[in-house]
Amino acid sequence: MTENFWQFSYLVAAVTIILSIKWLNSPATARRGVHAGQIGMLFAIIGTLLRHEVVSFEWVAVGLVLGSGIGVPLAYLMPMTALPQLTALSHAFGAFAAALVGTAEYYQHAPTGFLMGALVVETLLGFLTATASVMAFGKLQELVPTRPMTYKGQNVVNFGLLAFAVFLAGWVIEGSAPAWAFPTFSGLSLLFGVLLILPIGGGDMPTVIALLNSYAGMSAAAMGFALNNKLLIIAGALNAASGFILSVIMCKAMNRSFTNVLFGAFGQVQAGSGAAAMARPVRSATPEDAASILANARKVIVVPGYGMAVAQAQHKVRELTDMLVKRGVDVQFAIHPVAGRMPGHMNVLLAEADISYERLHEMEDINSDFSETDVALVIGANDVVNPAARHDTTSPIYGMPILDVDKATTVMVIKRSMNPGFAGIDNELYYDSRTLMLFGDAKQFVAEIVKELPKAA
Amino acid sequence: MSTEIELSIYVFILAGFLGLELVQRVSPLLHSPLMSLTNAVSAISVVGAILITGSGEATVLSKVLGVVAVTFSTINIVAGFLITDRMLKMFRKEGKKAK
Repeated sequence: MTENFWQFSYLVAAVTIILSIKWLNSPATARRGVHAGQIGMLFAIIGTLLRHEVVSFEWVAVGLVLGSGIGVPLAYLMPMTALPQLTALSHAFGAFAAALVGTAEYYQHAPTGFLMGALVVETLLGFLTATASVMAFGKLQELVPTRPMTYKGQNVVNFGLLAFAVFLAGWVIEGSAPAWAFPTFSGLSLLFGVLLILPIGGGDMPTVIALLNSYAGMSAAAMGFALNNKLLIIAGALNAASGFILSVIMCKAMNRSFTNVLFGAFGQVQAGSGAAAMARPVRSATPEDAASILANARKVIVVPGYGMAVAQAQHKVRELTDMLVKRGVDVQFAIHPVAGRMPGHMNVLLAEADISYERLHEMEDINSDFSETDVALVIGANDVVNPAARHDTTSPIYGMPILDVDKATTVMVIKRSMNPGFAGIDNELYYDSRTLMLFGDAKQFVAEIVKELPKAA
Repeated sequence: MSTEIELSIYVFILAGFLGLELVQRVSPLLHSPLMSLTNAVSAISVVGAILITGSGEATVLSKVLGVVAVTFSTINIVAGFLITDRMLKMFRKEGKKAK
């Protein structure tokens, strides 16, 4: 009976996991999707415990209890704004676990050929995803400098290391490798993960996190091949596909090629030619001016960026939205795919502030609306609204799809100072005659506009 | 190539294509929850971790590695699902109150 039950359990798990991703396609069914996923995982675990190979339970129980004991507070105590970091950290744990299972399998059975090949892929991707995710966590939490760290010959060193690791892997698969080969291979995988993230800057994190997600899935699928377990293959392949698509979407949104991303040789955007233009005059405005312009607008589109997340301005933005809507102003939000530090980051942030998802729009859907918009309010976004991407072939971001805020009648940009953004590129939008610069902390500035708005005629 | 391996490759390819189809339909609005849900799903490696840890022939080394792996993948599962749910609870239409 139990002999068949675990197989049945795995079947249920595979189906519910597929359904969970299917249901995630719309906000209406998304939570059902999460529950389906939880049920799937539960069946996977129960099914495994019922297999006759599993004879001792005490240590498994220790691991399950300990893991839940750490996982629950981790998920609830971290503030919602630390979401990208939290996801990176969670990746690191899962990937490390996969790599450890691969290591244990190797020392227990020392297989060769196809099985060892699968184990090697599992271990390589597991270890490198683990350290890369820890590094990504460090950068997002600003424990590690977020600027890209580059040195001469970086790619040569990275590829050399990877080539050596692959050589060792081949040796282990072939079967005659000495005892030091596997530990060295593991060490190199761990090191490679760190080196992979060093040259990557904060603005490229959405792509990287998606890519690491894909690697973690590949690692799980490889474990499925090694253990001849279809459930692992299905779940791993789904996850790998999901991470892959997200990173392709992120790449397209930054006009980068996929090879560029796969080899980690990105994030090295150098300061462009814009520095010379710094002396040009800009028009700045006070909160009173901004409030009166907003009060008299019919249609306002808000463009949020990472700066809004840093300043924690989303709740004030909600207050502003509510007040404007009450006055009869049409307020919408335009979200660039790479705004923030992970795919969909801005949507979550605005949802946290209670802004209806019906007001949040993708770039392609809203770009044509800017020409009939009275005010485009840019909060903490920079490169994604830089018109240079459209026409300046010398600009590092040339070709990147942007939000056409410069087509609006008035553009208001809330920004700390005239310092160029992360990529170090000057933004010609700021010198446009339609643009008003609102200098200050995003949260404070929006709060002041909110205060001034009732007085505005 | 043994039929088992052949079968595994078929399953992998089909599941991969299914994943591509499914994920392309997910609205960009939900990309963060999608990532965190698939993150939890990738911890399906807990299956391998349990098999290693609970095996009767496990050496001390594989037992130690196994327990750490069970712990870590459980953290991944629990944190992944809880974060996804926390995020999704916040998405709602105008006028509807949070549960």
